[in-house]
Amino acid sequence: MIPELGHFTLALGVAFGFAQAFLPLWGAARGDARLMQAAPALALGQFLALGTSFFCLAWSSAVSDFSVLNVAENSNSLEPLIYKITGSWGNHEGSILFWCLILSLCGAAVAAFGGNLPSSLRARVIGVLGAAGVGFALFALLESDPFLRLWPPPVDGRDLNPLLQDPGLAMHPPILYTGYVGFAVPFAFAVAALLEGRIDAAWGRWVRPWTLAAWCFLTGGIALGSWWAYYELGWGGFWFWDPVENASLLPWLTGTALLHSALVVEKREALKVWTVLLAICTFSLSLSGTFLVRSGILNSVHAFANDPARGVFILVLLGLVVGGSLLLFGLRAPVLAASGIFAPVSREGALVLNNILLCSIAAVVLTGTTYPLFADLLLGEKLSVGAPFFNATVFPLAMPLFAAMAVGPMLSWKRADLGAALMKLWWAALVAAVAGVVMATRAALLPALAFAAAAWLILGALADLIERVRLFRIPLGASARRLMGLSRGSLGTTIAHAGLGVTIAGIAAMSLAHAAIVLLHPGETAKLGGYDWQLVNVHDADGPNYAARVATIRISRDGRLVTVLAPERRSFPVQQITTTEAKISTNGLRDLYAVLGEERDGGAVLRLHVNPLAPWIWFGALIMAVGGMVSLADRRLRVGAPARRAAVAAA
Amino acid sequence: MTRKHRRLILVLACGAGLGSAVALTLSAFRDSVAFFVSPSEIAAKAPPAGRSFRLGGLVEAGSLHRTMDGARPAATFEVTDGHATVSVHYIGILPDLFREGQGVVALGTIAPDGSFRANEVLAKHDEAYMPKEVADALKKSGHWNPAAGPPPPAATWNDMTVTGAKQAKAGG
Amino acid sequence: MNRRLLLLAPFGVALVAGGGFLAMLRREQAGTFDPRGVPSMLIDRPVPPFSLPGLASSDLRGRPVLVNFFASWCVPCVEEAPVLMDLRRAGVPLYGIAYKDKPEATDAFLSRHGDPYARLARDLPGRVAIDWGLTGVPETYLIDRDGIVRWRWVGPLTPEAVTAELQPLLRRYA
Repeated sequence: MIPELGHFTLALGVAFGFAQAFLPLWGAARGDARLMQAAPALALGQFLALGTSFFCLAWSSAVSDFSVLNVAENSNSLEPLIYKITGSWGNHEGSILFWCLILSLCGAAVAAFGGNLPSSLRARVIGVLGAAGVGFALFALLESDPFLRLWPPPVDGRDLNPLLQDPGLAMHPPILYTGYVGFAVPFAFAVAALLEGRIDAAWGRWVRPWTLAAWCFLTGGIALGSWWAYYELGWGGFWFWDPVENASLLPWLTGTALLHSALVVEKREALKVWTVLLAICTFSLSLSGTFLVRSGILNSVHAFANDPARGVFILVLLGLVVGGSLLLFGLRAPVLAASGIFAPVSREGALVLNNILLCSIAAVVLTGTTYPLFADLLLGEKLSVGAPFFNATVFPLAMPLFAAMAVGPMLSWKRADLGAALMKLWWAALVAAVAGVVMATRAALLPALAFAAAAWLILGALADLIERVRLFRIPLGASARRLMGLSRGSLGTTIAHAGLGVTIAGIAAMSLAHAAIVLLHPGETAKLGGYDWQLVNVHDADGPNYAARVATIRISRDGRLVTVLAPERRSFPVQQITTTEAKISTNGLRDLYAVLGEERDGGAVLRLHVNPLAPWIWFGALIMAVGGMVSLADRRLRVGAPARRAAVAAA
Repeated sequence: MTRKHRRLILVLACGAGLGSAVALTLSAFRDSVAFFVSPSEIAAKAPPAGRSFRLGGLVEAGSLHRTMDGARPAATFEVTDGHATVSVHYIGILPDLFREGQGVVALGTIAPDGSFRANEVLAKHDEAYMPKEVADALKKSGHWNPAAGPPPPAATWNDMTVTGAKQAKAGG
Repeated sequence: MNRRLLLLAPFGVALVAGGGFLAMLRREQAGTFDPRGVPSMLIDRPVPPFSLPGLASSDLRGRPVLVNFFASWCVPCVEEAPVLMDLRRAGVPLYGIAYKDKPEATDAFLSRHGDPYARLARDLPGRVAIDWGLTGVPETYLIDRDGIVRWRWVGPLTPEAVTAELQPLLRRYA
């Protein structure tokens, strides 16, 4: 009964989606207030319908109803309850439904919080969100129905892919999808603006909080994915330039650019056409990233079971959304007033530089990711583009970006004094240079430059903060009051920029990591990175749906016990897969990382790593997301944009 | 500064950004793109030593020798495509799916002695082309009756025992 | 006018990329595009010499033949069985090589799903399969009258693949 209810509400959601796509847009085109007024109710209706539908799927999975094909294939009665629930979005059908649910949540959020939008703009935004999502909801209903019944039901299910049975990865899709799909809102605002034929500062002010929220989630999602790869895949790396990883990085790069260019629209009413294009591109890349992964064209460790026939359906949907919006852009953008031109040395000039560099990096990553496919298609050449390519192209473009990042927030709008800004940063520059030179003696040139960039970014953010609160120039109490009174927007910027510095420091420190593969017999000790790693024993252990071999490793330094690690190899009998469970001990400044490989000659092959500053990579991403949220709490955004007139007057 | 000046600077900045992106891409393509080659292609014309590429083929049965390189575990095996064979040396842990007689892709360089030094080994695991959807469709439509006997566990399909291969060599 | 064209450029880029992806998907469905696959080195080369009970490389001369690697434990082989029976009825000479399969299991499989093979060989240790560069079962090869491999099909043969690819080649090499 529950699966049928889920199927019915999914169909209901599709019906709401069609209504939501059609009625408000038609109403806005005809100036019919009643049709426009229907938009919020339709968006809410779609959200409730899809929410119920997804709840039914999660319920069927939680109670192990194996008469549902999807549950039988991706779940198992022995599985812990938490993975039964998270497994409902860990497979193809469930994740498509989940994707549609998040998109309908965006529509409902615009309906709920968009009360201060002009009614025609709100109707158009909600309508565009409906149009973007309805095709995919239809796809879920027709081509990848998660509620198909199986008769007779099997005694037990096939189990979730063991790699996905992990708390980090269980939470990864919801956060990443919220990030991906969140960019649908700026996209809808951009398309609505093209339909309306005008953009002003208030538009920029409305778009920014949505972009910021999506960006925070995407940052968190990418960081979580990379963290998962670090500890679960057991390869000791954290970023592999894998096509699926790049697919999530691309919208992050253009989304970051969008975040900054929307600021220029808001403050200076410039870069309007460019911002609209960025909003469309960011969502297009999110869509392509989510769905090309499933078509079988891009494949990797992260991919779902794929099927080219489904891929064609999805590609057509993608073509309609991406192609349709870009065609609309080509036809309607000339109507928008041309942007003003401004001084190169100014805040807006720095933001343009940020946009140019971020988009160049995005273009390089996109080229590297898709080139092997097109080379195979057009030239019949088999080749692979790996980490060396991306390291050689991305870092030279990122360095000037890092250099400009610390200076940019110190420049004033319209016209700025570059010399004065640099004067305030002299001590940050000095420390960065020293850090770079010291590191150059111990590591290669690139990591040394990265360390310098990290120091420059963190200290530059600190210098900016000191300058704003006039620390040591006025009494401390007055400084503290200034700190409390700082606009959340600029505080968020400072925090996020410092967070990137922390991440870069973590990445650069990976070049100082020690790693070794050793064959140890019980009782033997290996030396690595100043630590003594002693294999105590290897024994059997059983989990709820797997059997494991566990190695006990005592790690000591100068005779003092530091920690005991117990890496495992787990075999899952139902799916006949063996996974490697790396074990990590961290103290915030370094990770001790151990992986159990094969066993031979009575000993165990172990891979051991000492990774200095490794946790900083994800800690920095967390700081970036916190910075975004602080910025989101800005009073101007929280109270909501004032009416159009007032906003224009203020700008 | 005139309006024209400012526009020029903007265009130049965009051009510089895009131009350096293109230049970096082209130079990196020349140096760091790994081409895919087969053992026959190496036999016909060996790639220059030091150039990194991907070698693909099948692991010859009975050719795998696990050794030690100092304290590190290592492996030597032959990769063949039926016409030519290349000896591969790898230091590290072979992937879980690595099996003799199975497809394998190794990333590395040619050593002066003509053998292949792999720094990464990826196993392909696709002996039976059975997308999950196909299997399910077959089960549902009754083409494949699990009652007539389950397919043997995947692990045993791939087991090409050394003794079996040797008998075949002796017999063939 | 110039600006208008510039603004349409993103649409053009998306159109080209979309067309490319569509072509990839179509060819992936047809089995002629696999970005992760290992290309066969046998195409346009003579078949590797082999001799199995029931079939030897010298038997593959004189007229174009299809060689099909299969196994009773392979579910996709069940799926392609009707296609092979149709080929047999159409008079296409088809030789089968049972790959790593117990003889009694092979026989049971052929009696259950039909025996489309003019000749049947057994490659129990899978040695010949390695020489052919087999990456899995089922896999089908077209050998011309001179014993040169002209075509390889990976995975179960589909009726579409037979009409679109195999029949034109059979006519060309007939």
